[in-house]
Amino acid sequence: MIKVSDLTYVYQQGMPYEKTALDSLSFEIPDGDFTAIIGHTGSGKSTLIQHLNALVRPTSGKIEIDGVDITAPNADLRTVRKNVGLVFQYPEHQLFEETVYKDIAFGPTNMGLSESEIRNRVYEAAGFVGLPLELLEKSPFELSGGQKRRVAIAGVLSMQPKVLILDEPTAGLDPKGRDEILDQLVRLHAENEKMTIIFVSHSMEDVARIAKDILVMNKGRLAMQGSVAEVFAHSSELREMGLNVPQITELTHRLIADGVDIRPDVYTVKFAAELYAELLKEAENV
Amino acid sequence: MFKDITIGQYVEGNSFIHKMDARVKILLSLFYIIILFLISSPVAYAVFTAFTLFLVYLSKVPPKFILRGLKPMMYILVFTAVLNLFMTQGSTVLWVCPFWSTLKITKEGLTTAVLMILRLVYLVIGTSVLTLTTSPLMLTDGIEKILKPFEIIKVPSHEIAMMMTIAIRFIPTLSEETEKIMKAQMARGADFESGNVLKRAKAMIPLLVPLFISAFRRADDLAVAMDSRCYHGGKNRTRMKQMKMTVRDLWATLFMVGFAAAVIFIQKLM
Ligand SMILES: Nc1ncnc2c1ncn2[C@@H]1O[C@H](COP(=O)(O)OP(=O)(O)OP(=O)(O)O)[C@@H](O)[C@H]1O
Ligand SMILES: [Mg+2]
Repeated sequence: MIKVSDLTYVYQQGMPYEKTALDSLSFEIPDGDFTAIIGHTGSGKSTLIQHLNALVRPTSGKIEIDGVDITAPNADLRTVRKNVGLVFQYPEHQLFEETVYKDIAFGPTNMGLSESEIRNRVYEAAGFVGLPLELLEKSPFELSGGQKRRVAIAGVLSMQPKVLILDEPTAGLDPKGRDEILDQLVRLHAENEKMTIIFVSHSMEDVARIAKDILVMNKGRLAMQGSVAEVFAHSSELREMGLNVPQITELTHRLIADGVDIRPDVYTVKFAAELYAELLKEAENV
Repeated sequence: MFKDITIGQYVEGNSFIHKMDARVKILLSLFYIIILFLISSPVAYAVFTAFTLFLVYLSKVPPKFILRGLKPMMYILVFTAVLNLFMTQGSTVLWVCPFWSTLKITKEGLTTAVLMILRLVYLVIGTSVLTLTTSPLMLTDGIEKILKPFEIIKVPSHEIAMMMTIAIRFIPTLSEETEKIMKAQMARGADFESGNVLKRAKAMIPLLVPLFISAFRRADDLAVAMDSRCYHGGKNRTRMKQMKMTVRDLWATLFMVGFAAAVIFIQKLM
């Protein structure tokens, strides 16, 4: 379980450009959760997730992961970073090895694992992200953007973290690439029940499609936390924060306003299609 | 750790020196350095010291910024001093090493050591006053204007200045990028801080490769962006900020020439 208490972070403290990026956040994320973090640009999402694997030390406050205080001065950062895998935004920019294989193996090698264990993990991680095995011996710089992104994600997965955090994993991908990454996250979560997945997203559609819970950030503060249904029920508040609900939810709400009798908690196109089809059938029968 | 790098440590201000024309400031700084290397007598140095202090006072820059510029010079200063102190031959011996008689300090050695240190220190202070009171953009603009006459002998003055401007512009971007890549590799267990020199050098590869690639990508993007806005070099280009020389610059120049004459006169006399 991730437990964040009273977390505050100030960039360039004491300088004239001082900026409070996180303002006394407190929340918990249970094991095995699938949480999306949403928030307007500059609301502190990236800053927050960098705290979760101790890349950034809080100005004040505490973060506990499975009961271990990772903000303590004597915290074992190696173990923390092994347990909490962080995939940065545009992770393909960090590839550096000669071959895809070596790049995915970078994390496990740093962990000091045996050659055969590393091999197993690389193959497993490559399989998870749907990377064809014949690409493993290629240079990462010969791959397409979407393939590079998968290599980078595999590079974190190969460390077999208990918590996987991704910062805008689908940014800059085409619809197909985006769908593939999202589907793989869903599959990953289904196959590893205990793995907690946290991802930052600007797409309410993506969030509605794959996440279980949502954490809403607004100007460095935690604005809301709850299940997808609970959070998207507050559409007007979300709009005030520069966010939105999925388009299909908005459409449904407008239909309700126009007098159509339909349930309001519609978040995915798939579910909406079923409802609308039923509605049309009823209308025909009348 | 890379956040601390600052180049062009311009300190905004409104002093006499801040308001001077960048071209005049650059040329007078050069002049200052030339005088510094022409003098050697203690009295001339005393006058020069007074002048330098006056400059610092006039610039209204907190002395702490100027001292900061001297810090990285520490080792060079000590090295120069020691070398000059022991290696200078002279007639008046002040001290001989009791164990090894070739090692001795002469009066000449002591004087040269002190003068060398002062020379280096004033060199740094003089150039610091220039860079602390002139914004990097003004500085490169000034250099471009100064180099303009040399275009006759094919010196690409505009291109040199543009390259300097771009380099300065990208320092913060690249240091931000460095920090980001470092964090990303640290998230994969990379360790940049421990181990011996060899191990640390090797640990830099995961940082440097992506950094170079991103620098090239940025350079490419910038070139395309400049092209698409019809950038075609310095010809017929006008500027948003025109440089103007004022009476202030005339006074500064006259003062500097007067000072130079005085110092050189003292030097000849003593
Ligand atoms: N290195 C830094 N130095 C100073 N301020 C920073 C730095 N990084 C971020 N900030 C500031 O902290 C705030 C939060 O930034 P953060 O990157 O966490 O936002 P975000 O929610 O991830 O935004 P986005 O959706 O655009 O990625 C912003 O106001 C930003 O300007
Ligand atoms: Mg961000």
